[in-house]
Amino acid sequence: MSAILKMEHITKMFPGVKALNDVNFDVEKGEIHCLVGENGAGKSTLMNVLCGIYPYGTYSGSIYFQGEETQFKTIKDSEHTGIVIIFQELALVPTLSIRENIFLGNERVENGVINWYMTDRDASEVMKRVGLHENPQTLIKDIGVGKQQLVEIAKALSRDVQLLILDEPTAALNENESNNLLNLMLELKKDGVTCVLISHKLNEVARVADSITILRDGATIETIKRGNQPINEARIIRGMVGRDMVDRFPKRDAKIGEIGFEIKDWTVHDPLQPDRIKINHVNLNVRHGEIIGIAGLMGAGRTELAMSVFGKMYGVNISGQIIKDGRCLTIHTVRDAIGAGIAYATEDRKTYGLILIKDIIDNISLASLNKVSANMVINRNREIQAAEEYREKLNIKCSGVTQRTNDLSGGNQQKVVLSKWIFAEPDCLILDEPTRGIDVGAKYEIYTIMNNLAEMGKTVIMISSELPEILGVCDRIYVMDEGEIVGELTRDNASQEAIMKCIMDNHREEAI
Amino acid sequence: MDALKDAIRSNVRQYAMLLALIVITLFFQITTNGILLYPQNVANLIQQNAYVLILAVGMTLCILTGGNIDLSVGSICAFIGAVIGTFIINWKMPIAPAILLTLLVGALIGVWQGFWIAFVRIPPFIVTLAGMLTFRGLTLTILKGLTLSPYPAAFQFISAGFLGNNFVGFHISTVGVGVVLIAADIFFGIKARKKQRQYGFAVLPVSLFTAKIALISLGISLFTYWLASYKGIPMILLPIAFLIAVYSFFTAKTVPGRYIYAMGGNEKAARLSGIKTDIVLFLVYVNMAVLSAIAGIAFSSRLNASSPQAGQNFELDAIAACFIGGASSTGGVGTVFGAIIGALVMGVLNNGMSMMGAGTDKVMVVKGLVLLLAVGFDIMSKSRSKV
Repeated sequence: MSAILKMEHITKMFPGVKALNDVNFDVEKGEIHCLVGENGAGKSTLMNVLCGIYPYGTYSGSIYFQGEETQFKTIKDSEHTGIVIIFQELALVPTLSIRENIFLGNERVENGVINWYMTDRDASEVMKRVGLHENPQTLIKDIGVGKQQLVEIAKALSRDVQLLILDEPTAALNENESNNLLNLMLELKKDGVTCVLISHKLNEVARVADSITILRDGATIETIKRGNQPINEARIIRGMVGRDMVDRFPKRDAKIGEIGFEIKDWTVHDPLQPDRIKINHVNLNVRHGEIIGIAGLMGAGRTELAMSVFGKMYGVNISGQIIKDGRCLTIHTVRDAIGAGIAYATEDRKTYGLILIKDIIDNISLASLNKVSANMVINRNREIQAAEEYREKLNIKCSGVTQRTNDLSGGNQQKVVLSKWIFAEPDCLILDEPTRGIDVGAKYEIYTIMNNLAEMGKTVIMISSELPEILGVCDRIYVMDEGEIVGELTRDNASQEAIMKCIMDNHREEAI
Repeated sequence: MDALKDAIRSNVRQYAMLLALIVITLFFQITTNGILLYPQNVANLIQQNAYVLILAVGMTLCILTGGNIDLSVGSICAFIGAVIGTFIINWKMPIAPAILLTLLVGALIGVWQGFWIAFVRIPPFIVTLAGMLTFRGLTLTILKGLTLSPYPAAFQFISAGFLGNNFVGFHISTVGVGVVLIAADIFFGIKARKKQRQYGFAVLPVSLFTAKIALISLGISLFTYWLASYKGIPMILLPIAFLIAVYSFFTAKTVPGRYIYAMGGNEKAARLSGIKTDIVLFLVYVNMAVLSAIAGIAFSSRLNASSPQAGQNFELDAIAACFIGGASSTGGVGTVFGAIIGALVMGVLNNGMSMMGAGTDKVMVVKGLVLLLAVGFDIMSKSRSKV
């Protein structure tokens, strides 16, 4: 066998962060090669480098595809050579039909006019190959996510794909659909298509992979080949985990008091499909001075849980109780939630957390304008004073509090979000992926802020996909999977293996 | 000094348009041999453009909520004209209650449109396009296609009258208004300065501060003296100035004003900060309709008639004024002051060109190009600053 793809010494810098550090990644022709690692390990960055989303010149190192060095400037360039990447968020036009999507940008034309007979014939052919039994004229929005995934693959096949990259293809699929997709991958392998699969679901990886490359902190840890040694989940986890955690987290003496915040029997339904349960009878509690973590994979329902608690911003037919210091709360709107002393800092600070075109001052005061105003008139001086206070306290690096938040680095943006919520003086803070996409130094500062909040007797809930962070910061950890709490671990019995095991056990139960 | 630079930098667009307004004014002042700034013409300019100024204030709020526009304002003006014409001319209703009732009708129109926009979430473009057709149609129905005229003198006075009482060669009350304005400017300026000191913030050096106040006072004196030497302040300027002052304060200094900016900047973030964006959007459209009603009353009074053709293209003038004045087409950026400058730019162009003998055809072409260039300049300067 020969290598179809060789990526050598790839290094990719982002401002202040080394996202990829001398990564090597080789793929043999005709194999299924899995790329695994925690969130933020650099998997997606590596694939974006490969297919030209980060154009040639913005990284160092060299890439050889089918023996030739590539210098992709855009994703179009890589598609021309036969590399197709299918992202988690599908790139289909929902209001167009299956056949139109398959040939989008690659239309079957005759003298500049679309030949629909040819389109239908060719569409049917590739649809058959991927096992999609639908009318080619059905609209994308009328078929499920699983079938949409197949349309994407059909689209890739119609372009004579040499290397197919699938980024978390099964994250949104149910057990059955996932199985079909994996079988399809094995079928395509027989036809000579090479696949790179990025996945968190290690059982799937163990099932289909010929080779597995493990990334950690932007570096290649190892490549496991099926021939040499048996592949199993434990073996993969061992590769993913196991780094020293010295001094990545500030020390803290937790003084844990009474239960301060509690969610009981919390059930939420999907707003788009009201009969589908999204959060299933969740129970959890936090004590004063305690930081609890909610661990789980992407799509486990953690953000949905938090958003539904925070003024019903997510979901319908919500039932259950929110109890604060023994008192049951009635919360219907975000304002109720803020009024009751709950704050929620979202995982996506750019889309949901900040008003990027406004300055630091406006962003910090936004959730507590009542504190800087009298008779509905804003006292700008008081507002500036508050912003200055938090700039100092949280060490926000900026040219001044009148700087637009769009121009701040990720870590400093996150500090503005935290300032906003701390300024609202909540008793319970829910922090959703508070350190996503920020560098190690800023992470440390964020952890310190969280520790200080806990020390003040507040109840802190941290949602995170980064297991080392959850283990390093939290006093107690709930493991969530598919809308349910599937495990509760104390600091002493928690480990990455234990958390993964809770999730895997849950998957296994469902498979049976 | 840095604070001053900062303030200038963040308001470049507005200062640029203010500068453009001055340049355009000077240009026409020269080409019309000084007629443009005759006190008589200045008063005329204000009376002529009263409706755009009023509508631009409301339109600013709509655009701030997220680039939303209101296409129905022209038709609402016409409809309101028909309503108040029916009240005053046909039914002989006294003026004050007629105006109040008409404003109420305006509010009801706002509730109707606001409901579809904010709670059903039909795009404002669609709802107000529907309103544009509906209210034009209703105007024709009420007026049966005919023009209602004339209004009693007291009603005409609103748009054509002056605050005059000439006994010393110029209008003493107008000068009085100027003095009050200057006093207010000095008083609030010093008060704000004191407050900033209290909070320990840097303030402008005394020399600059005095210069700033002196400059503004000079401007006010010149303006009021100029008007006083003709017939005094046009009556319609009083409600307009009041609206500009109130809405500038409202958008810049109050909590609901901040909600509007926050919603336009990032609606999702605003909602997650406890702002009920549905209600904000609803009230903004109710407000727009009430201001349309005020503009409609002012326009009927100036025309001394309620015509089925009234108010055509008013919406476009108001929208153009906002964008020329620096409002962002995606929302969250823009000021009432900017929109007023934008409206004046167009008003002066209109007035100046027609005095030079250019027809409406040419005026429209120039106005269109000014809008395009103003926004184009803005976008290009922004994309350059990003690189």
